[in-house]
Amino acid sequence: MALVEAHEELPAWSLPAAAVEGISLSADWPERVDREWAWGGSTGANVRVCILDSGVESGHPLVGDLEGAVAVSFGEDGDPVVEEDSEGDLCGHGTACAGIVRALAPDCGLYSARVLGAGYTGSGRVLLAGLRWAVEQGFEVVNMSLSTTKQELAVLLHELADSAYFRRSVLVASAHNMPVDSYPWRFSSVISVGSHEGTDPLQFFYNPSPPVEFFARGLDVEIAWLGGATIRASGNSFATPHIAGICALILGKHPELTPFQLKSVLHLTATNVAPTA
Amino acid sequence: MTEDRLRAAVAAGVLGSEEGHVALLQSVVEVARAIFKARASSIFLLDEETDELVFEAVSGEGSDRLVGTRFPSSKGLAGWVLVTRQPLVLEDVTGDARFARDLAEQTGYVPKGLMAAPLLHGERALGVLEVLDRPESSKFTLAESDLLGLFANQAALALDLLLAARRARSVLEEGAGEDAVVARLAAALFHLEGDERAAGLRLLEALTETLGRK
Repeated sequence: MALVEAHEELPAWSLPAAAVEGISLSADWPERVDREWAWGGSTGANVRVCILDSGVESGHPLVGDLEGAVAVSFGEDGDPVVEEDSEGDLCGHGTACAGIVRALAPDCGLYSARVLGAGYTGSGRVLLAGLRWAVEQGFEVVNMSLSTTKQELAVLLHELADSAYFRRSVLVASAHNMPVDSYPWRFSSVISVGSHEGTDPLQFFYNPSPPVEFFARGLDVEIAWLGGATIRASGNSFATPHIAGICALILGKHPELTPFQLKSVLHLTATNVAPTA
Repeated sequence: MTEDRLRAAVAAGVLGSEEGHVALLQSVVEVARAIFKARASSIFLLDEETDELVFEAVSGEGSDRLVGTRFPSSKGLAGWVLVTRQPLVLEDVTGDARFARDLAEQTGYVPKGLMAAPLLHGERALGVLEVLDRPESSKFTLAESDLLGLFANQAALALDLLLAARRARSVLEEGAGEDAVVARLAAALFHLEGDERAAGLRLLEALTETLGRK
């Protein structure tokens, strides 16, 4: 059997003995992962965060400049169209999420993928096309403060979420606080977020009873809104970008982490898990 | 008349009047408004054919003029809540001129605060529940968020009943007049009580027997 060359891609289903050395990885984990190790000194630099939402108002004082913005729609031939977006934010929500990420990770690169604005009909397909685009771009973090209840989309969303997981794109998704089956937050390949009642943006809890895996600040949050304004708001959709921002901080310091390692770091640094200083 | 149409006609008769379902929706917005001590509360129904949100029930501010008015589902926060299935609470919204204008178009006045939740039934999003202007002094809590979810669930069930009644009725309206006769008969029987109902049933059984002989 031929030896696997170092540059050769390994088969997905087996690991020949001779190839073990080729996948040796850094084991630079401290004895106890703490917040200082996880993101101390990080500003989120070199991490690209995509806000999959209603668009983002570029230049908002709490958001700053965007690295890129696209709008997703469907052409007459029924194929998805992704084009540069000059309309900004259609309702304020995406700007709010972007502002929260920026406050936590000031040097991250922010991108907007607008998947709203076409009305209800077709919104599920636009969401799917937008997520596919974001995964193809390889954004390190994708903030999804939205969900769908359509079963026919669940399978496709699941495949995309798994694909993102293996391509090192972390999907951070809002959980539902209503008794309905919705997606993608229920998938184990994403990081799902609900709200707690605290006021510290860095306070977050690991939930030992999933499917919601983390709780972050989501109540009475001051957020960026349209026209350079700020308002106060509540909802899981604002808890989600808190975790997205913390993910950007961690990946800024430890870019080698895969999504499952990142989730482990989040677990170990959660307020209810981390040792008290 | 096929058997399916006959069943639909009978169902339409038994489902009761649309007014009854509308009254149920109205009761949901009135209780929601009272519990949250809010200035207004509304239920929007999604019209899938036109992709618009329609005011179906309003309590408080705007209740005299808004029912039946509609706006595109791509517009404003109600549209966002519908599309993303995510409930949302905003306060101090008056600082944003564009947002205020959108809301004023929808409601006729500019609220300072807004709570909105999607009305979900199974995998369908049927509409949106909004509660406007809770007392400014009270900070929003998770308990209130749960309460909003409970009201939304109740409103979704009421909306689903209303839609079922409208669907059954549209089967009648599109069909021949004979469906409607059967529906009226079913409705009349359904509303009888006691001896009258028993007599009505005996009469119908005799009629069925007579018709069945031919």
